[in-house]
Amino acid sequence: MEILLAIIVGVLYTAGVYMLLRRSIVKFIIGIIFMSNATNLLVFLSAGLVQGNPAFVNATTVDTSHLADPTPQALVLTAIVIGLGMVVFILALKYKYFEITGTDDLDQLKQTDEHS
Amino acid sequence: MNSIALPLLLPFAIAISLLLVRSDKLSKWVGPLGSLAMLAVAVYLNFQLQQNGIMTLNTGGWIAPFGIVLVVDHLSSLMLMVSALIAFVIALFANRNLTEDIPMSRFYFFFFTLNMGVNGAFITGDVFNLYVWFEVMLLSSFVLITLGKKKEQLEGGIKYLALNIMGSMLFLAGLGLLYGKTGTLNMAHLAEILRNDHHASLMSTSMVLFFVAFGIKAAVFPLYFWLPSSYHTPNIAVTSLFAGLLTKVGVYTLIRFFTLFFVQDQTFWHTLLLIVAGLTMVSGGMAAASYYETRRILSYHIISQIGYMIMGLGIFTPLALAGAVFFTIHNMIAKTGTFVAAGLIAKIKGTYELKEVGGLYKQNPVLAILFIIPAFALAGFPPISGFFAKFMLLKAGIDSGQYLITAVALLTGFLTLYSMIKIWNEAFLKKQPEEKSQITEVKLKIMDYMPLAILAAASLLMGLFAPSVFEYVMQTGDQLFEPSAYINAVFKK
Repeated sequence: MEILLAIIVGVLYTAGVYMLLRRSIVKFIIGIIFMSNATNLLVFLSAGLVQGNPAFVNATTVDTSHLADPTPQALVLTAIVIGLGMVVFILALKYKYFEITGTDDLDQLKQTDEHS
Repeated sequence: MNSIALPLLLPFAIAISLLLVRSDKLSKWVGPLGSLAMLAVAVYLNFQLQQNGIMTLNTGGWIAPFGIVLVVDHLSSLMLMVSALIAFVIALFANRNLTEDIPMSRFYFFFFTLNMGVNGAFITGDVFNLYVWFEVMLLSSFVLITLGKKKEQLEGGIKYLALNIMGSMLFLAGLGLLYGKTGTLNMAHLAEILRNDHHASLMSTSMVLFFVAFGIKAAVFPLYFWLPSSYHTPNIAVTSLFAGLLTKVGVYTLIRFFTLFFVQDQTFWHTLLLIVAGLTMVSGGMAAASYYETRRILSYHIISQIGYMIMGLGIFTPLALAGAVFFTIHNMIAKTGTFVAAGLIAKIKGTYELKEVGGLYKQNPVLAILFIIPAFALAGFPPISGFFAKFMLLKAGIDSGQYLITAVALLTGFLTLYSMIKIWNEAFLKKQPEEKSQITEVKLKIMDYMPLAILAAASLLMGLFAPSVFEYVMQTGDQLFEPSAYINAVFKK
């Protein structure tokens, strides 16, 4: 299972980087989404996977070593929410930029770098 | 020690109340008074620190290393104070300089959430919590940079956002790998584990990811391109705020991580840091020399100065670390000062283009004096703050035999001087160009000078009282070099 997820992380990163390097702003945003999800999966994987043993303890639990580590799960929940907020903001920004300029071409973004 | 949470709770409460009230008139008062309160809290915490030593707070009652711990040590406390001072000054400046299209209440909402993020990054003792504060800070800054909704602001915003989001993802990936290898996210616990660890090469992946992530935020050499293409687009008050705070948070985290727990494989990392520092200094300084627009000159100049801070980290002796800290706080104040001065010049003349302005020395000697103090502080003239900060770094460089970087730092001083003298000559000494002299010029009121006067005074006082500042930063440097006090404080040993 870990191997499979690790491969998915790799594929998502690859796809993300490929999309980032496209000329369209929308594709760039899709690239951000891919990479953000790849990172989330990476964090989720960081403590290894334990199947069927969620980290619930009660007074009778003696040995906790076979339980899944809840920390990465908590981390990844936070990271997903933050990533969602970022993507929503960048979509809104792209929409506003499109309204003003009518372009989706990253090569048109040269104005602020021009030497006066 | 519950007062440690105040630097977070105070801006949060103010931001929420601004969201509920939404009055622009009221915001004009809430901004400066709220940031003054933050300054008071920071000074109070520093006072407590001097009395009790390093203070920690286990949030939610979970003991370290299981819960999130907030730590105020000498470095955090100093950064809190200086950033609150910058916030106060910018609030005064923004009140006079925000244009009609930016509603005050909205500006101040994001102003305070930004400050909450910055304060959180300074006091947290947990790596994931640091990530969260970074995101709080970044989202606020995204909104602030695009607040005017002009074409070039949106364009600058996209560039700024693109690279910074990448940085955040690398940060998160590094953090995940770090947790996978060590099983902890508490910085003090990480230090305990990693300082005694002999499998250095295993840490390299995390170290590289963190270095690139914070390198993007701090705008070091090959990663700084977002900064000069976005910092000149927003309102000058926003630019001044960013110039003072944002990149320095990146530098702070670099210093924190690479002194506290990323201390493996020192020869490689310190060489790399020194190379990056040298290239950052030179490339930023050279680029600044080629522009004639004040905001662009100063933006590139921010980058150049980041190099000095990284240099202090790369030399890695107590004196060098103290020098880096001194340089950071001096730079926060002086850099904001020069941006504020650029804003005032533009307010009088209506443009940031140096070729279209002139004759300010005769028209407005007060502004000339107030500009020259932070400008000369940056160039490193005694007896202003920058001289002592640079002196410490250079002395540390020579003491530890790092002659090359010391020479580069000295020579970059000339580039800095050139940029500052260029602004001085063009804006103040040169005659007003004929064809532009018909433009009606705005007269400044006393409140316009206030922010710049406060920053100039702070810069001057830091120079005049350099021995006491030196004593404090030396203590900080020792603490960073030998962080057992920090670790013991977190674990309450």
